[in-house]
Amino acid sequence: MKNGFLVFLVSLVVLGGSWCGFVLAPVLQLGGQKQTTILNSSDLYPVGRPGMANQGLQVYRANGCAACHTEQVQQDGVACDVVLTSAGKTPLAVTNAISSLKLTGLDKGTADAAVDKINAAGGKAEIHITATGPDISRGWGLRHSVAEDFLYDDPVQLGSVRIGPDLADVGTRRPDANWQLLHLYAPQSVVNGSAMPPFRYLFRVQKIGGEPSPDALNLPKAFTPPAGYEVVPTAQAEELAAYLLSLQADVPLHDAPFTQPLAVSKP
Amino acid sequence: MSTNAKFGGASVPASRLVSSLAPPGEISSTDIDRSCCIPLLALFGGAALWLVVGSVLALIASIKFHAPDFLANCACLTYGRLQPVADDALLYGFCLPAGLGVALWLLARLSGTPLRGAIVPIVAANLWHLGVFVGLAGILIGDSSGFAWLEFPRGGSVPIFFAYLLLALWSIMIFAGRRGRTLYPSQWFLVAALFWFPWIYSSANLFLLTSPVRGVAQAVIGWWFANNLLVVWTGLVGLGAAFYFLPKITGRPLQSHYLALFAFWTFILFATWCGIPPGAPVPAWMPTLSAVAAAWLLVPWLAVFLVVWQTVHGSVRSSWNNTTFCFVGSGIDAFLLSGLMLMAMACPQISRFTNFTWFGSAETQLRLYGFFAMTMFGAVYYILPRAVGLEFPFPKLARVHFWLSLAGIALLVVPLAIGGIVQGWKLQHPDIVAFADTTKAMLPFLRVSTTGLLLMLLGNLLFFANVMGLTLRWKIALLKQFIAFVKSPLETTSASASLRRDKEVRA
Ligand code: HEC
Repeated sequence: MKNGFLVFLVSLVVLGGSWCGFVLAPVLQLGGQKQTTILNSSDLYPVGRPGMANQGLQVYRANGCAACHTEQVQQDGVACDVVLTSAGKTPLAVTNAISSLKLTGLDKGTADAAVDKINAAGGKAEIHITATGPDISRGWGLRHSVAEDFLYDDPVQLGSVRIGPDLADVGTRRPDANWQLLHLYAPQSVVNGSAMPPFRYLFRVQKIGGEPSPDALNLPKAFTPPAGYEVVPTAQAEELAAYLLSLQADVPLHDAPFTQPLAVSKP
Repeated sequence: MSTNAKFGGASVPASRLVSSLAPPGEISSTDIDRSCCIPLLALFGGAALWLVVGSVLALIASIKFHAPDFLANCACLTYGRLQPVADDALLYGFCLPAGLGVALWLLARLSGTPLRGAIVPIVAANLWHLGVFVGLAGILIGDSSGFAWLEFPRGGSVPIFFAYLLLALWSIMIFAGRRGRTLYPSQWFLVAALFWFPWIYSSANLFLLTSPVRGVAQAVIGWWFANNLLVVWTGLVGLGAAFYFLPKITGRPLQSHYLALFAFWTFILFATWCGIPPGAPVPAWMPTLSAVAAAWLLVPWLAVFLVVWQTVHGSVRSSWNNTTFCFVGSGIDAFLLSGLMLMAMACPQISRFTNFTWFGSAETQLRLYGFFAMTMFGAVYYILPRAVGLEFPFPKLARVHFWLSLAGIALLVVPLAIGGIVQGWKLQHPDIVAFADTTKAMLPFLRVSTTGLLLMLLGNLLFFANVMGLTLRWKIALLKQFIAFVKSPLETTSASASLRRDKEVRA
């Protein structure tokens, strides 16, 4: 009996250990998390989603979008480019200094050293940081996702499998609410051969009475309802689209730095 | 003996419901088996039903990959709802009640104590299945909590929580009233599992749903919970059962108790810390710790391997005609295989190609169905006829069930695992593979896995037919008894006497 008691006492301690580690510690470390400041700025991040987008998160949850989509961009590391901003008063010396340096695709330390050398020669230079990794190359985000991105979400929908693309930054790459609505109603109407199931039940097909509704979807031919009918989004669809647009993890942070590209080319 | 008196005393009023109350020292294993009859019928019967429901829904969900438009107009049947409902029907509908039933019976048998106050587990079993029904329906109408494996809304989670408490309490009371002092390894595994679920389920519900914590702490707690339920709980119950049945059927003692204790401790020490995926947007120490724990899982993995190997080594061929042995043995193989997959997924060089792919889902299915459900099938085929005192109506179909399930789970898991790695490789090469191609490349694999789900469904239907058929036989027997009782009121004076007489007849 004593022996058995000991076995269970030890087990209880062991099991409780993981509770302290992955329940108690996260609550203490992350539960009181606050906004952070954007890199090189005094603006706070995140500011919270607008009300409609928050309701949209509930539509996202209720329909299990996370069964196919993640919201966590991964990143391998960063690549630094040294950009000359001014040749100063001794352009020749600066040119000489530069000619012996590698200026693109550097790690942070090498880039700092290069900037020091250019400064020593009398020029001025900046470091441009870009995140690297397959997700970044796919255009799914400018940096990896961080805890702050989800500060005000409840429930947090990180997802675990990528049957569809990562959505952490989809609002930046697909900023058009109409596109989102068309895509939800009939994914194949905007993405050829899309494997995403349609969410037609978030829309109403109604008879056009007098004036066509201003909200009616402007669908391509193959997807239009019968003549005299129109497709209008329900409140849920509008909220979901607002949530998707609010998914913008596009500011540099201290623990996920990058330099804003000058001209963002959006697909 | 003092604990025995304490708990025995507490359950005296209800104990009249149990037909056999032989004095201590004269309890036969038949008496113990029969004392569990109705609770087990309630637990296993409902479980068999949910098993079939779950596999039908999994099949429909899987078809959606080949035809995204299939059943797309119905909100209830959208993929994002069907998938969790199918998963939860397997886990909460089948695995947990089956595991609880097996634990109840095993603890009774190992403790040499019959179940008293059977009415409580009977009510709890029904409450459990009601909770599962409400929970699954809740997800279908869009009330899912949004956390994987914890989707049940309150209407489902509260009943199953209390049902679990009652069932666990009764099992532990049996354990506390045990007659021998030395513990058999299965008892550690089962009692630890009985304790652990209420702890993890209440923590997760409290911190995620009742008063949700902020931000990604939610995700961490969610992963911790899912891992502790899917890996630790199923591992404890499944190994507990296997360490009983394998020696029993091969007729060789477990080799050895010390190694089993070592496996038990190292398993709970390391497996409880797994589950935080690499690259998650949480403080870096968490996924790192999980990865380290997963690597250390090799220790209990080896221990389990050795225990099983030394126990069954040399008697596989002679035991192979025993259906329970086939189920439990292949269950253990699946446990070891899924353990390897779990360790691989935590290794940084490999996780690059498995993270966010079908590989994870292959591992989960192998663990839940290939290991746990298969072990439970074996246990139920062994336990239920003994508890009811009648044979299954279609005993030959158990073999067919075994082969269908084995082929089904292989056809489900192998393509998903290989496909997952292909998908992962493609996701990692954005310069040469467009995203749409990563989805398209999965289709042939998914087609095979749909076939696997179909075979599993057929196997599950056979299991359902046997369990329901046995229940029907039992009811018919009861009815006959009742009629006999009504017809000859002079011979028997009370219902319990009639029951006792019936037992003699059957024995
Ligand atoms: C069965 C899996 C599945 C489910 C469920 C699903 N999606 Fe998708 N989703 C996809 C696939 C595959 C794609 C890629 C093809 C495409 O763009 O249509 C995609 C693409 C998208 C895109 C475009 C992303 C981009 O980079 O262009 C958005 C936005 C999106 N889904 C939102 C949602 C929302 C919102 C839900 C829930 C209501 C949802 N998805 C549910 C599979 C799914």
